Amino acid sequence: MSIKADELAKIAVLARLKVDPEHLQSLTQDLDQILHFVEQMNQQNTQSIEPLGNPLEQHQRLRTDCVTEPNQREALQSVCNTTEKGLYLVPKVIE
Amino acid sequence: MTRHLLTKAEASQPHLNSFITLCHDQAISAARAADEARTRGENSLLLGIPVAHKDAFCTAGIRTTSGSRMLSNFIPPYESTVSRKFKDAGAVCLGKTNMDEFAMGSSNENSFFGAVRNPWDLSRVPGGSSGGSAAAVAAGLVPAATGTDTGGSIRQPAAFCGISGLKPTYGRVSRLGMIAYASSLDQGGPLAHTVEDLALLLKVMAGLDENDSTSADAPVPDYAATLATPLQGLRIGLPREVFSETAHPEAARALQAAIAELEKLGATLVDITLPHTALSVPAYYVIAPAEASTNLSRFDGVRYGHRCDNPTDLEDLYSRTRAEGFGKEVQRRILIGTYALSAGYYDAYYRQAQRIRRLIKNDFVAAFSQVDTILTPVTPGPAFGLGAKTSDPVAMYLEDIYTVPTSLAGLPGLSIPCGFAEGMPIGMQLIGNYFDEARLLNLGHQFQLHTDWHTRRPDVTRITASAN
Repeated sequence: MSIKADELAKIAVLARLKVDPEHLQSLTQDLDQILHFVEQMNQQNTQSIEPLGNPLEQHQRLRTDCVTEPNQREALQSVCNTTEKGLYLVPKVIE
Repeated sequence: MTRHLLTKAEASQPHLNSFITLCHDQAISAARAADEARTRGENSLLLGIPVAHKDAFCTAGIRTTSGSRMLSNFIPPYESTVSRKFKDAGAVCLGKTNMDEFAMGSSNENSFFGAVRNPWDLSRVPGGSSGGSAAAVAAGLVPAATGTDTGGSIRQPAAFCGISGLKPTYGRVSRLGMIAYASSLDQGGPLAHTVEDLALLLKVMAGLDENDSTSADAPVPDYAATLATPLQGLRIGLPREVFSETAHPEAARALQAAIAELEKLGATLVDITLPHTALSVPAYYVIAPAEASTNLSRFDGVRYGHRCDNPTDLEDLYSRTRAEGFGKEVQRRILIGTYALSAGYYDAYYRQAQRIRRLIKNDFVAAFSQVDTILTPVTPGPAFGLGAKTSDPVAMYLEDIYTVPTSLAGLPGLSIPCGFAEGMPIGMQLIGNYFDEARLLNLGHQFQLHTDWHTRRPDVTRITASAN
């Protein structure tokens, strides 16, 4: 399997990364080399093997559904200078 | 002492570049507070001890960048559990150490703040991604530092810089406030000269954190209490896949001498097999980027971090902010991860990698039914030159062959200096069973009682002397 420049352009849209057209070719080559390398995995028959997500096979700890945190909006928004009345500002989405 | 070390660290910056931020004022006031506590007759595990934190740990009020332009202006409103525990133990944080951007790298050349240099030879890399922490400890700028390890990022720089470093069992140390790279692999741990110091530092760092749902609910033993246990009868496994490879001859000789030393101390050597080792790096470079692409989706220019100028619309805000904020390797891994998780490729890449991950874990489970610990090199050879591998991502990835299997299995790995090759320090890795850090530290400490590799220091007089 090898990746084509137009395919990479699509992936870049999914990843929300603007790729300069001039870098597209060299990036495609890098990725193609990496994908080629990881495809060594296919030598291994894994048909009967269960995928392993958490190395300790732990399940997420659950807790009772109750409020434990105080409101920290001001502290958390202190690191952002594009807020107004406690809301984050983004470019206009609806015309 | 704090002032002296800050001056040394400052002077070393143009040569080593091991710090991203030095926090003079906070360090001096923390040192004063420690002095006052001591005068009052109080004591705690690290009272007044200078340390440095990898810049992946959020420190409230102190800039935390993760080595990225994306966070170059980020001052966290909260404290990571690890740095809070150090504070509570009385430690004095001198600064935040340099690292590969978002911990993605094996050479510390991927930092937005410039490469770190190896104090043993300034033309070589210190390893990565915790290269700043390893270089700072090796150069005597701090006696201890924190690091994070996803595929070898504590163990490999420790080996390249001639110091000791421990990646604990997955979940042993809280990840709260540790900027995420690959959440099923990331683990914080300590770097220091001696294993004895690592035992104290791990005691401070480890433990259950209710605010990290993957943090392990297992008691934290007194690691220092078992350091003196004799090694008589301890079974050390030597994986034949690792030792049959054509290795760097000088490094291999040093490692063999270290193994002979352990045998002399009473350990029994056992031939074992880890048959899926060769597939670990390919599987790692699918799983880690896949998790990274998800984790790093939070950086969108809206709530914190870099934001591009004059976005035309929301899509432009996201994609331009991310293109400007992330470096080349981070973008590569986000793209690989997005590809591996996308419809049509998920089974072939991500699922397959997770299946291989289980095979690798099963290899270790089988091996640990025969042995108590497993010994391997940390790296294929000594630290390489700056720029030697930057144009070939796969060559760089293969540097991780000995550290990645342990990470995928979630096992603890200790890296300690065991000799020299090309005039540079090299390390040996001791891998333990789950939550068996005490045994690794015991073994490492006994080795250090009978050898002096951990006492060797690079000559840094010129690079740490201040200009005046």
